[in-house]
Amino acid sequence: MTNVRPYGDTTGDGMVQVSFTLPVPPGPRADGAAMQLAAKMGLEPAMVVHSHGIGTEFTFFVVYGSARHIVDLDEVTVVEREYPLLSPAEVNGAVRKLLRRKLVVVGGCIGTDAHTVGIDAILNIKGFAGEKGLEYYRELRVLNLGAQVTVPELVKRARAEKADAVLVSQVVTQRDAHILNTQEMSAAFREAMGERRPVLVAGGPRFDPLMAAELGVDRVFGRGTTPGEVASYLVHAIREGRAA
Amino acid sequence: MALLGLDPEVVAAARALAARAAEPVVEIARAHTTVAVERATLRLAGITGADTGHRAGDVPWVNRVVDTVREHCGLEHGVVLPAFHALREHDLATLTELAEATAAGQVRYTVPTGRDAQRAARAGRVAVAKGLRTIDRNRAQREKLVARLGDPPRRPWIYLIVATGDIDEDVVQAANAARAGADVIAVIRSTGQSLLDYVPEGATHHGFAGTYATQENFRIMRAAMDEVSREVGRYVRVTNYASGLCMPEIAVLGGLQRLDMMLNDSMYGILFRDINPIRTFVDQRFSRQVHARAGIIINTGEDNYLTTADAVEAAHTVTVSQLLNEHFAHEAGLPDELLGLGHAFEINPSLPESFRLELAHALLARELFPDAPLKWMPPTKHMTGNVFDGYLLDGFFNLAGVLTGQSILLVGMMTEAVVTPFLSDRDLALRNVRYVLDAAAGLREDFRPAPDGFIVKRAHQVLGEAVDLLGRIVRDGLLDAIADGTFGLMKRPPDGGKGADGVVEKAPGYVNPAADLLDEGATR
Repeated sequence: MTNVRPYGDTTGDGMVQVSFTLPVPPGPRADGAAMQLAAKMGLEPAMVVHSHGIGTEFTFFVVYGSARHIVDLDEVTVVEREYPLLSPAEVNGAVRKLLRRKLVVVGGCIGTDAHTVGIDAILNIKGFAGEKGLEYYRELRVLNLGAQVTVPELVKRARAEKADAVLVSQVVTQRDAHILNTQEMSAAFREAMGERRPVLVAGGPRFDPLMAAELGVDRVFGRGTTPGEVASYLVHAIREGRAA
Repeated sequence: MALLGLDPEVVAAARALAARAAEPVVEIARAHTTVAVERATLRLAGITGADTGHRAGDVPWVNRVVDTVREHCGLEHGVVLPAFHALREHDLATLTELAEATAAGQVRYTVPTGRDAQRAARAGRVAVAKGLRTIDRNRAQREKLVARLGDPPRRPWIYLIVATGDIDEDVVQAANAARAGADVIAVIRSTGQSLLDYVPEGATHHGFAGTYATQENFRIMRAAMDEVSREVGRYVRVTNYASGLCMPEIAVLGGLQRLDMMLNDSMYGILFRDINPIRTFVDQRFSRQVHARAGIIINTGEDNYLTTADAVEAAHTVTVSQLLNEHFAHEAGLPDELLGLGHAFEINPSLPESFRLELAHALLARELFPDAPLKWMPPTKHMTGNVFDGYLLDGFFNLAGVLTGQSILLVGMMTEAVVTPFLSDRDLALRNVRYVLDAAAGLREDFRPAPDGFIVKRAHQVLGEAVDLLGRIVRDGLLDAIADGTFGLMKRPPDGGKGADGVVEKAPGYVNPAADLLDEGATR
């Protein structure tokens, strides 16, 4: 089956639930406006099952309806994991074999972003989701530069430490700061080091793995990424880099 | 009423250890000044505004003067002696004129001696005292408004954050939030402000994930909330952040604009912003003296430890930090009723009995600090993006807050870690709080954890671990403990971190009338 619709309680019923706010005072007119929006969103029939005013100028709605759109699974494109998941011992073994030295990882939050929670989850020994962070891997040398690292500082440190990989985390997304910062970072590495630049990895909850080319990095990790996935990817990237 | 049966001797021992651990750091704080303390002093003395002609963008006049004084004659004697001596020598009427002359390169600063020094110190004291009297008047004004309009009808006070980046939008959102039941409005600062070594000027409209803390933004928000307070018939409190490299200055600006609460943690900047430890302890002490004078409730940041460390394993580090924060605050003159010690609901919800553990930790804080307006912080770490789970978790957080008698409840958003809250997210969050507060308002009366039960035992265990850790900190020294990653797993050596070059050891002839007036509680 390659064509699917949302599933409420019966195959093919297309049922979805959405909530939103309109800048319309509460009342019948507001509910009608919500119905119109639902129809334009492809929900038909739709029911406004709840609405209430937020102050006098806004109304909040919960709407249930049947989405008339059909998903074609053949047309879905995602980044499938292109590398095998390795255990920490396997990562260590592979690094030893490939490099005969430690793999150097430099990480940090660039720009004004002060949210280190993402980079810390990946790098700190404490780790994330029950997996230990990269600091735990014996064959990885990890430098966590922390928050608000400037791009020139990051390039300088990566060079001085002879980094094999650079990880940047971006949480703040206001005015697309996460995209602009990452693009600035990848451009700086390209300019400073050309082909000899380290593997560049960007991570953050609002990144989509499909954005790698747009951001100018080698790999993008989104929400829920675990340290093991990143470590496995680094081995893969180094291996590919050697083969190329 | 005490439910945990904490041993008063253990509690007293914990406090005594915290005092001993803090003592060497207080000594260091007294022996040093910082560029930020000196700038704060000049702000009290009346300097406002910025040098808009500078090629690097606007530079506040206080930065201009303090940097130049430091270059010419050092800050070991404080900025007041050279500044007020120069004012007289150049026959200038105001400090702002002095700042302008400084920018034009017309002033050569020296440290005066003898009668010149006495005269400069006297003039400085007169100017600084004027600023402190403004802070005193604001405090009296707050008390008057609270008496007239009233405090929120019940505890906990409902604390809500706005963070649009644009002060004008913040005002709209804050007014709506207050009308919907918020008692305290906090304006989150723009990401990165804590690492600016100056306070931006004027009304601002372009912050990142928050709005810059400036004197003008403070004024705008306070004025707007005064209006809303009259409308809703209760005094709506306003909060901002005194953490970062400009703690003392922002504390002064908060006092001058009648803010009611300020985030002020003794170690947050060190651990989470990698600010130099000495700089932080010096700045913290001065800023807390100013808060004490202004009657501003401080909010400490223990919740942050639990976002990096595990909330069960590290529970005792929260208690240790609360005890240290309490000691530093008392030492700086803050009474219990201004101590908004922080803690948070951050235990992994998939852990069995996680809610009972939360109750144990929250109750421990309540009973250790019975007179402090504790600040209860919502889950963030285990908010996954599943907003439905998040809404339920926030409901349990609210219930724990009511059940354990927390004083200030920061409203949790189900969209935490997803988006900047929508208007509807805030509305739903306030409905959640209202439901729990209405449904379980008096439940605390019936809440009697079994004397040998899980909650009581857990609280005793955490307190015991806190005492052990305090013992280790006393033995190793607080600065070494911080360097070793005791708090929040962050390792911060005392000579590292940002802002270290802004720390200056005081010379024997150091003069700072602000420090004197604050120590003495004097108005002239």
